[in-house]
Amino acid sequence: MTPTWVQLAYLACAVCFILALKGLSGPKTARNGNLLGAVAAVVAVTIPFFYLELDHVALILAAILVGTVGGVVGARKVQMTQMPQMVALFNGVGGGAAALVALLELGEIVGHGEDVGWFVLLATAFTIAVGSVSFAGSIVTFAKLQDLMTSAPVVFKGLPIVFGIGLLATILLTGITIGEPVLWAGVVLALVGLVVGVLLVLPVGGADVPIVISLLNAFTGLTVAAGGYVLDNTLLLVAGTLVGASGTFLTLLMANAMGRSVANILFGALKGGSTLGGGEASDRPVKSAGPNDVAITLGYADRVIIVPGYGLAVAQAQHALRELVDVLGERGIQVDYAIHPVAGRMPGHMNVLLAEAQVPYEQLKEMAEINGDFKDADVVLVVGANDVVNPAAKTTPGAPIYGMPILNVDEAKQVIFMKRSMRPGFAGIENELLFDEKTTLLFGDAKDTMSKLLNAVKAL
Amino acid sequence: MSEAVVWLTIFVLSVFVGIEVISKVSSTLHTPLMSGANAIHGIILLGAIIVTGQAESTGALVVGLVAVVLAAVNMVGGFVVTDRMLQMFTRKKKKAPAGSSAA
Repeated sequence: MTPTWVQLAYLACAVCFILALKGLSGPKTARNGNLLGAVAAVVAVTIPFFYLELDHVALILAAILVGTVGGVVGARKVQMTQMPQMVALFNGVGGGAAALVALLELGEIVGHGEDVGWFVLLATAFTIAVGSVSFAGSIVTFAKLQDLMTSAPVVFKGLPIVFGIGLLATILLTGITIGEPVLWAGVVLALVGLVVGVLLVLPVGGADVPIVISLLNAFTGLTVAAGGYVLDNTLLLVAGTLVGASGTFLTLLMANAMGRSVANILFGALKGGSTLGGGEASDRPVKSAGPNDVAITLGYADRVIIVPGYGLAVAQAQHALRELVDVLGERGIQVDYAIHPVAGRMPGHMNVLLAEAQVPYEQLKEMAEINGDFKDADVVLVVGANDVVNPAAKTTPGAPIYGMPILNVDEAKQVIFMKRSMRPGFAGIENELLFDEKTTLLFGDAKDTMSKLLNAVKAL
Repeated sequence: MSEAVVWLTIFVLSVFVGIEVISKVSSTLHTPLMSGANAIHGIILLGAIIVTGQAESTGALVVGLVAVVLAAVNMVGGFVVTDRMLQMFTRKKKKAPAGSSAA
């Protein structure tokens, strides 16, 4: 029986986690919320050392040290542009840890021949299976975002059949575990979970990957909750459930912002409706100009709106862009940034990237706030963004991004696209706006071109 | 069975709390929120420690230690990386008055 003081301490930590999530959802309280969560987690982790007679304490502490160093180094070294894959990786190892914990607990149950009841066994099997799915799925997500493999949907003939067999095997093995717990069933269940996890994420196309991270995050949360039930630990149950519920809700919010349903994101490629990610460069004629011409267009405008995209951050051009905006501001031009909710590679990612370049908060305008202003804008400068300004989302019902709310850049008087090449965006579809007569293209590496543009505007 | 019902009650109430606390989040904070929630489920470290501390065979001990390492990466890395992101948001706010007066 767990001592009362321990239960109360767990309750206090659980309350801290609730407050942490609450804090994280507001800009002013976010940092303190996160710190509160961190303190609660550290305190909670020390509790078992005080009330349980644990063996191997030195080894456990060493393992914690190894994990801590690994986590801190990874978290400090990662570039802000690589944040989505980092979150995916951290999520994956968490899911993996939960699956291993449940496997050990199953071994314990089998070894002692205890009768724990079918519900505990069901929760154990759930933790093993979903933890493995989350682990394998997150690793594939990581590989897709890190360009270790193609970001296009991977579908092979028979994938739905293999996936179906995997699901059936999961149910069967869960049944075996509940009927007569044996360790081998748990191990096979973990392996099947890994396969299902890989197959679940493979068909998901480029632009939808961030939503899958959020979904897998919710999976891991539920896994931890089930693990809490198995281990008779209320804190794990509450913390896991909080993350599972909020993660599911967040996933739906994001899918909504992209005008997609979660089912369509996961299984769309199987019926050919997901983001295609072909990535062929077009050779249709476009109007292009050099930095000096663009500098004049920008320098003599009254109202300029900047639409930043992932390409900006990859080229590390956000600092030069901020300088350009400062210089334009000094010339008395009103300049704002229009931030699409899914700009970057993860919802809210662009805000983080621009914050890194110390862009003032007031200049960042959310889509709903600025979409009415495009028709009054003299020039819109699109830097490294594509899908979020693609009018196909409004006009072409067959397009993969159809229905996604976009920035109304097509309503502006003049549009300048700063692009590396004519290759389409992450969703892999052509942007008609590029061929519009009011559009000018400025080719080149975003950082390099941005500095040239900056110098040209300064020289005006 | 009544004990299971108590657990079920905690679970169901936690679901509602989980949805309620983040229901008003702005899209600006989606990434840090996801990352912070990710760190919170790193609390599986607690479970990993308990199970490993009771391991009876070498095999179980090794598996347990692997779980501890993975869970620690999740928990510690998650909180640190979230703080790094949020730090930028705060720095930006201090910078804001200077930026707007220039504009």
